[in-house]
Amino acid sequence: MQFVDEFRRPELITRATEEIRRLADPARHYRFMEVCGGHTHAIYRFGLKDLLPPNIELVHGPGCPVCVLPMGRIDDGLSIAEQPGTIFTAFGDMMRVPGTKGSPLEYQSRGMDVRIVYSPADALKLAIKNPDRHVMFFAIGFETTAPSTALTLLRARESRVRNFSVFSNHVTIIPAIRAILDSPDMRIDAFIGPGHVSTVIGCRPYEWIARNERKPIAVSGFEPLDILQSIVMLLRQLNNGTAEVENQYGRVVPWEGNRAALKAISQVFELRPYFEWRGLGFISQSALRIREEFAEWDAERRFAVPGVRVTDPKAAQCGEVLKGVLRPEQCKVFGNECTPEHPIGALMVSAEGSCAAYFNYAHRKAAVSVQ
Amino acid sequence: MTAPGKIRFRDARVEMAHGAGGKASRRLIDGLFAPILFPSSTDPLGDAAHLSIDGARIAITTDSFVVRPLKFPGGSIGELAVNGTVNDLAVSGARAEALVVSYVLEAGLATEILEAEIRAMSAAAARAGVAIAGGDTKVVEHGKADGMYITTAGVGRAIPELEISPRRVQPGDQVILSGPIGDHGITILLARGELDIDADLRSDTRPVLPFVDALAKAVGGGIKWMRDPTRGGVATSLNELALDCGLGVVLAEEKIPVRDFVRGACELLGLDPLHIANEGQFLAVVSADRVDRALEALHATPGGECAAVIGEIAAEPARTVVVSTAYGGARVIDMLVGDPLPRIC
Repeated sequence: MQFVDEFRRPELITRATEEIRRLADPARHYRFMEVCGGHTHAIYRFGLKDLLPPNIELVHGPGCPVCVLPMGRIDDGLSIAEQPGTIFTAFGDMMRVPGTKGSPLEYQSRGMDVRIVYSPADALKLAIKNPDRHVMFFAIGFETTAPSTALTLLRARESRVRNFSVFSNHVTIIPAIRAILDSPDMRIDAFIGPGHVSTVIGCRPYEWIARNERKPIAVSGFEPLDILQSIVMLLRQLNNGTAEVENQYGRVVPWEGNRAALKAISQVFELRPYFEWRGLGFISQSALRIREEFAEWDAERRFAVPGVRVTDPKAAQCGEVLKGVLRPEQCKVFGNECTPEHPIGALMVSAEGSCAAYFNYAHRKAAVSVQ
Repeated sequence: MTAPGKIRFRDARVEMAHGAGGKASRRLIDGLFAPILFPSSTDPLGDAAHLSIDGARIAITTDSFVVRPLKFPGGSIGELAVNGTVNDLAVSGARAEALVVSYVLEAGLATEILEAEIRAMSAAAARAGVAIAGGDTKVVEHGKADGMYITTAGVGRAIPELEISPRRVQPGDQVILSGPIGDHGITILLARGELDIDADLRSDTRPVLPFVDALAKAVGGGIKWMRDPTRGGVATSLNELALDCGLGVVLAEEKIPVRDFVRGACELLGLDPLHIANEGQFLAVVSADRVDRALEALHATPGGECAAVIGEIAAEPARTVVVSTAYGGARVIDMLVGDPLPRIC
């Protein structure tokens, strides 16, 4: 498979791991945060931890859009979908994320019309096909998915599709990284920078982290070789005492970002003054809401939503895991009360959630949990 | 297995995942059906039950088919129903002799479609060498049953050379896979037309009996366990084996045959080929000293050219399936959780 197999070739991977071992100072402990949940998933799926020396610690970051969504938002979205005649659509990732009264899938088994879509454009198509129903798209994601939501809303306006709306939970990556850096219990040496987000925003927005916080950043792809190469870059920078943004994922990420995508985002969305993140609390200017001129397609304006803040179940320590303070397996409920089948927190659900990744790929007792 | 008679299924409602063949299905069966219906049985549940009637070893199985769409590249519900039933018997170590069939038809179903499926069943039965001995028909209101559901029961004669049981599996035994995985599940997913991906891919639905016959002839009792990895895929079947025999299964990722297109579609959709359903493949655990002869026999059977050893049984990690990569990493692969591809067989 082109563009994949080249980055999984054993001899290249072996060479990269040898380079890492050569560069890593045995007297030093390195803490690298992979911001993006896609990286977390790849690290576990490809067993990359097995290849790294023990003094390189990978810390999972907040870059899992499903995981950072507070439960109240899920309840709000589901309350809209409970209105008669509504079809609730979302990415498959959302389907098992628990709200207070159950996940979208559980609502489905109680009779609500819940459907998985692979893009917001598919949700719009569904609305066109079902003119007597209202189709709501539960939008999630960082700048990676925001452009496709924006383009879908532009198309909905252009084609005057009135039975379609978007419940926007789009968030932005930079404020989340800033919140991590501001957190007092955080000791990160360098960042494996998000790859997919950067295809849209480019590399420039990370420059302040490198400059002001003196933290090297390597914007990284998602194949084993990509991640290992990024670790090589970060080790070289730390050894040389530099702190710069490097673009390991140059085959996909333009330094300046994708202007067309950024334009679509700014046409349709504006920054919310603040937004609540699970684990990180309220972060100012960290999320996108739909602009007034698209009010007709904004589910939050069109429907009354309870907007209740729901505190996370006390037992689960999702916040600490999201911030990288705890590793997934250090959470009190990991693997016993909280499993991918019966998740308490979203980190155990999403393909990008660090708990799910750890449970599925690394937790040696995984198969024993079947009762 | 659950302690006899003890109901451990705690879910308040049936959800789609309970029918997806993965973890939730197993919890439902082990936690609710088994303790009530077979409270005294201590045998792991297989694809078919083996009974002794007046000294004759008989195998019996039943299966329901609720696939949508009814027709897809490489097959249709009728063909699937015959092959699925014959295969459940085959991997339990039995040759299908006769099937009975029940149809649940939706009012409004075009006769043309029904006739095509009846003909598809007849042709599949002839190909598999099994008689269709009887049946039943019910009709439900329009809007139910997706056109048609088919339920079959099959009865077969145990193949005398074979003794299939997870209890015979030991560390060092080899895991054989008959051919490339994921074709059926991905074909159905694409046939629904919801993804806007086109591909030249066909379901692999076929009877696996010729392979089982060839193996039985070549290595007989050297075959310890078999399974056709349908819903939940290879990962789920092997996790069930790991739980039933109490040992570990270690797979070598680069040895698992997967067509490029299936691999590509899985990469795109975030699925693992090991969790995708198959309808014409099977897994076998064979003792190490007979594995070469087993492979030879499969390679000599038409359609078995891609059969390969994909891993082996190990004492540790117990009750777990691990996939090792060519570059030295490893990951656990669990049963399917949830329901990535609803209603595919």
